[in-house]
Amino acid sequence: MEQKLISYVKTFFKYQNLLKELVVRDIKVRYRKSVLGLLWTVLNPLLMMTVITIVFSTIFKQSIPNFPIYFLSGSLIFSFNSESTSNALYSIISNASLIKKVYIPKYLFPLSKIVSGLVNLGFSLIAMFIVMLFTNTPFYSTLLLLPIPIAYVFVFSTGLGLILSAATVFFRDIAHFYNVFILAWTYFTPIFYPASILPEGAMAVMKLNPMYHYINYVRDLVLNGVFPSIRENMICMAISLITLTIGIIVFYRKQDRFVLYI
Amino acid sequence: MSAIIELENVSMMFNLSTERVDNIKEYVIRMLKRQLFFREFWALRDISFKLEKGDSLGVIGLNGSGKSTLLKVVAGILKPTKGRVMVRGSVAPLIELGAGFDADLSARENIFLNGAILGYSREYMEEKFDEIVSFAELQDFIDVPVKNFSSGMTARLGFAIATMNIPDILIVDEVLAVGDYKFQEKSFARMERIINSGATVLFVSHSVEQVKKMCNKALWLEHGKMKMFGDVNVVCDAYSNQ
Repeated sequence: MEQKLISYVKTFFKYQNLLKELVVRDIKVRYRKSVLGLLWTVLNPLLMMTVITIVFSTIFKQSIPNFPIYFLSGSLIFSFNSESTSNALYSIISNASLIKKVYIPKYLFPLSKIVSGLVNLGFSLIAMFIVMLFTNTPFYSTLLLLPIPIAYVFVFSTGLGLILSAATVFFRDIAHFYNVFILAWTYFTPIFYPASILPEGAMAVMKLNPMYHYINYVRDLVLNGVFPSIRENMICMAISLITLTIGIIVFYRKQDRFVLYI
Repeated sequence: MSAIIELENVSMMFNLSTERVDNIKEYVIRMLKRQLFFREFWALRDISFKLEKGDSLGVIGLNGSGKSTLLKVVAGILKPTKGRVMVRGSVAPLIELGAGFDADLSARENIFLNGAILGYSREYMEEKFDEIVSFAELQDFIDVPVKNFSSGMTARLGFAIATMNIPDILIVDEVLAVGDYKFQEKSFARMERIINSGATVLFVSHSVEQVKKMCNKALWLEHGKMKMFGDVNVVCDAYSNQ
């Protein structure tokens, strides 16, 4: 058992470089042939924010004081999860030719998608800081704690990505279903509306939405300048770790059969 | 001397359901009809052999006898349904050249990506970069996306990367029929150098002459079973005289 663990760690380090190359490839291919290239990672959230702010800020003017930042802080974290898991979902089936011909630890494919999502998030955060400057939003010292919720979401997305990528190998339906699911998830997360407008029953269900907890956490740090309670930290950590554990178990059990189905 | 490759009662089973069941509706229907795990197909049955360092094994047999499956099992791409595979050392698989290329990336970027797939660091690849490019004769095309390459160019690049240093184990699956005769000669010379340096080689070929020339042992597969294993001349003669 111990020996097995050591060999796992060894292969992980051996293939660390591959993980890096896969992430670089991902980002390169995404912005290849676009004139602005990597600048889009910053521009995209800015433009989205402008559109959403114009559309919704009049509706929620009273309840949300700093709408642009309220929206950005929520939407950046949410799209980190939704984009990276959607990409992870296809990661095994789209690398079929590789998996059939060379031995590579297969979890690298979904993991690389989550890491490139993380890199993207890093750039998008620049956009948020720019908007904060322009809207005279105070820079609280709690901003320095942003890596904590990002780590929670990273672990959560990795778990979810592992589950989705493994399940999609056996049932391609999941790819179609997940698109709709993400849409519903977007509306059921308080990204551009305040959670306070929800009726009590809906609020109880909302507490089961992991993204609700993560987004609240980020907003506490960015907008309110407070560090969330230990209880809230425990909840976030528990959701992340449970999802990751399930992901690892599902993936590990099914990975030897992938090559027969892709 | 301890064995570098050891297979113990390796069997590989494929599920040959006539159509691939990959959506839920189909899955439920078939489960109700009890057709889900229907046609089993054993590509390999009870294969056991040992190779020592420096051995080179030619795998011969008719189409569909399980040769490629055997190579994939040794390379770690397929996990055997039953049995045990022990491989000690680094493996360079030449199962399909250029398998890890991303068509949208240039040859330069693909060299680093492919090197990473084989488990090498970026610094190491930078060191080997010029050698790979000159062996593949792609100096003028190094920044061209691989999708614009001819199949010969892709194969040359793939071969150059996979054989850039001397592995402990080389696995070759009839890939050398690529490129013009000049490149074929060049790649055979390189393979011979790898064999002579003491690497263990697994080689699949339909050509008995090629196997006799390059290997010292041979394995004859028939319908996934081991028909004969031993000295290359004995096995090859029996195979040709059947």
